[in-house]
Amino acid sequence: MSLLTVRDLTLGYDSQAIIEHLNFTVNSGDYLCIVGENGSGKSTLMKTLVHLQPCMGGEITAGDGLRADEIGYLPQQTLVQRDFPASVKEIVLSGCQARCGLRPFYNKEEKKLAQENMEKMGILQFADRCYRELSGGQQQRVLLARALCATKKLLLLDEPVAGLDPKVTMEMYALIKQLNEEGITIIMVSHDLAAAVQYASHILHIGRKIFFGTKEEYLASDVGRFFIGEGGDVK
Amino acid sequence: MIETLGMYLQYPFVRYALIVGVLIALCSSLLGVTLVLKRFSFIGDGLSHVAFGAMAIASVLNLTNQMWVVMPVTILSAVLLLRTGQNTKIKGDAAIAMISVGALAFGYLLMNIFSTSTNLSGDVCSTLFGSTSILTLTIGEVVLCVALSLIVVGIFVWFYNKIFAVTFDENFARSAGTKVDKYNLLIAVVVAVIIVLAMNLVGSLLISALVIFPALSAMRLFHSFKRVTICSAVLSVVSAFSGIIISILAGTPVGSTIVAVDVAVFFVCFLIGKTMK
Repeated sequence: MSLLTVRDLTLGYDSQAIIEHLNFTVNSGDYLCIVGENGSGKSTLMKTLVHLQPCMGGEITAGDGLRADEIGYLPQQTLVQRDFPASVKEIVLSGCQARCGLRPFYNKEEKKLAQENMEKMGILQFADRCYRELSGGQQQRVLLARALCATKKLLLLDEPVAGLDPKVTMEMYALIKQLNEEGITIIMVSHDLAAAVQYASHILHIGRKIFFGTKEEYLASDVGRFFIGEGGDVK
Repeated sequence: MIETLGMYLQYPFVRYALIVGVLIALCSSLLGVTLVLKRFSFIGDGLSHVAFGAMAIASVLNLTNQMWVVMPVTILSAVLLLRTGQNTKIKGDAAIAMISVGALAFGYLLMNIFSTSTNLSGDVCSTLFGSTSILTLTIGEVVLCVALSLIVVGIFVWFYNKIFAVTFDENFARSAGTKVDKYNLLIAVVVAVIIVLAMNLVGSLLISALVIFPALSAMRLFHSFKRVTICSAVLSVVSAFSGIIISILAGTPVGSTIVAVDVAVFFVCFLIGKTMK
């Protein structure tokens, strides 16, 4: 059984459909990149997958014992966060929120989990620093550590490298790849086709033409060839 | 001066005023941090003007206990205003401005047309800038205020981590299964209660000061949510306490004195923050 199955999904705003009849499946351990032009509905799809907005038709089913609150989401940064007085530790801990239920405070186990994830993301030395004083790449690592506190199975990343410089972008991709190799399923929205075909195992291309398949199938397909360029000569 | 103060403190009404003033300042500063960060600094203004309008309706209807009109109307507006957050045709700041000015005008209009009192402008002025009613509190009102404040502080402490999560990143909290809408509703109701309580203290024009100044001052000094919240509470309580004392000793209006102290504290914090960098 697959981790996430999307059947005949219709997406859109204000009863205006952007995408219709979308079908794809995500299996445990997959690395799926969602690509497409601006306005094609990539972020809308992402928001629907994490239940931020209802879908207009079709269904999303979770399998493999994936609970709705077991997904780790890395949203695009908001304006509010840019000057928010919060320490890195506080933010990472807030990823454990869903585990608490109505319990008001975090327990030892959750604090340990936050600690481990900060270590994994290499931000332990910033634990007491203020979030807004960190660089863009460090901020993304903080949000990634928070997402890891919420899940052990599935990470959804919405443009994780937006606004980062090339070096930090490469580091970020390497980090995500490493998480994938440790067994976490990745779904990522990206503008960056080159990186998508380099790292992903599956590609979902949305737009006027919808394509879903493995990276190899994508490179061989018409849509893929058109967007990547003949021969797929991307590193 | 100490002697005069000691003399004043012997009167129960002065002690009541101090208790109520400090508690209201504490409650408003706790939620102030969240409101400022959510870009809702002006909600205090908006809601207090709504409360003013509701009060006008209540006095026109000659109700003995205005609370029964003022509280529900204010809570309802708070819910509507905070709910508008993201996907609405009229954006948050415009919605607040609209309701705020509209209610103010409507309230004054009603009071003018159906005036029952001989000193209309005096009445209006005291509701806008805080009346002396803080000094004429009955023991019942003090008990009510203490009880409500305890509930507000209790709610805040109990839901502290959730309020943080919802304030910092609503989308993430929602995706992780936190009931964001319920917490926003809770925040809205608590804010409305605080504002109705605080109207007695500083009046409806100055309420925003109680909500935003301590939070902004604390943000100059500290960089973690917990420290900012605690510091904001401490600053607010100290300012309210000294404001009330000064106003009693110097014979100045209570509300504006407290706000003046808040402003002074902000500038001190601003300067300290500058030199720390």
